[in-house]
Amino acid sequence: MLNIGVLNRGIVIDHIKVGGAMKIYTYLNLENMDCSVAIIKNARSNKMGKKDIIKIEGMLDGINLDMLGVLDHKITINIIDNGVIIEKKNPQLPEYVENILKCKNPRCITSIEQGLPHRFKLIDKENGMYRCVYCEMSSKGEKL
Amino acid sequence: MRHIISPTDLTVSELGELLELAEEIIEDPTKYSDVCRGKKLATLFYEPSTRTRLSFEAAMLNLGGSVLGFSSADSSSAAKGESVADTIRVVSCYADICAMRHPKEGAPYVASIYSEIPVINAGDGGHNHPTQTFTDLLTIKNLKGRLNNLTVGFCGDLKFGRTVHSLINALSRYDNINIILISPEELTIPSYLRTGVLEANNIPYEEVRKLEPVIDKLDVLYMTRVQKERFFNEEDYIRLKDTYILDTKKMALAREDMLVLHPLPRVNEISVEVDEDPRAVYFKQAQYGVYVRMALIMKLLEIK
Repeated sequence: MLNIGVLNRGIVIDHIKVGGAMKIYTYLNLENMDCSVAIIKNARSNKMGKKDIIKIEGMLDGINLDMLGVLDHKITINIIDNGVIIEKKNPQLPEYVENILKCKNPRCITSIEQGLPHRFKLIDKENGMYRCVYCEMSSKGEKL
Repeated sequence: MRHIISPTDLTVSELGELLELAEEIIEDPTKYSDVCRGKKLATLFYEPSTRTRLSFEAAMLNLGGSVLGFSSADSSSAAKGESVADTIRVVSCYADICAMRHPKEGAPYVASIYSEIPVINAGDGGHNHPTQTFTDLLTIKNLKGRLNNLTVGFCGDLKFGRTVHSLINALSRYDNINIILISPEELTIPSYLRTGVLEANNIPYEEVRKLEPVIDKLDVLYMTRVQKERFFNEEDYIRLKDTYILDTKKMALAREDMLVLHPLPRVNEISVEVDEDPRAVYFKQAQYGVYVRMALIMKLLEIK
């Protein structure tokens, strides 16, 4: 596998579905952060065949990493300090999410009502399925 | 304060009470002719629907209350770009209860979040239409004497037909319900109903393309119109609109006590010759609609 320098303190987001890294990069607003970020695309994976990985130097304060599970519920988040993994977690899907998913139903009220939050309720933990609270149309976060 | 956005906003027992009250009103409507004196119903109709709007207005007038409102988005502040949230905040200052129809799905739910008065969903896009469902349930209960142990067939546009979605949702809470879904491939029920309602509640159902082979199994046949306004593409509408036409030939195959329901307006999916058949109860159903709306208004206004 391609080697990117060892992280002394930071976060590794692993097992991202191929092609999903940029979505997470955008969601975390990493382009506006003053830290080193490595995006590894199409890395070999025993579990997934291929995967994306993001390595971030330093900690992300005030960001709910569980929300990343909405974008891709199979990811693993490794928190690294002093060169060792101090915490490894799979994000728990929140029961409700706001303004992370966007309702794709053209008949949904969110398509015209200004300022209305796009709010979704978790309906299937296993498959990461959410449902728009307004029109009840289902969405799978990672497909958005 | 309660709102009615989905047919399942009332528990089975609350729904039982509502239908009981509606049946009491049927017995003696004059007893209720003044119970809403001084109360106002706002009918906020962002898309045309003469039937539902008049039914709501008739219900409130029958109770001795009064009505105000608009009957299309063009004649409302929506034409100036006002949001549903702002409109309902203002209407809350003018009326005691409101019925909202909106072409966008979820609009009445949005209204309920910001409203100071009870909001009744009078139909939102292809989504829910709870008072039509209460009407359908009252019709079935009053004429069949039960809401359990029924095989109910839904025929026509099951994809965009919100009355169908709402009634399937409501029936799924009663015992021993079998559902037969009769539609062209393009107009089958949405997947959230199949998995989230039918399969989640273990309701036996089958999906078929033709009415004739299954009509003799049915206690209730719920016919629907293929609605032009739900299609983006006129070609699809023209291709699908005449797929099922109920006529006396098909009725001859059905049980003697089967009921034919239709939310109306009917176009040509039920031929007029069927109207004379005593099993055709769709016009009675419209009358039941007024009674059940009277009961609902009373319940939400907490009038005993």
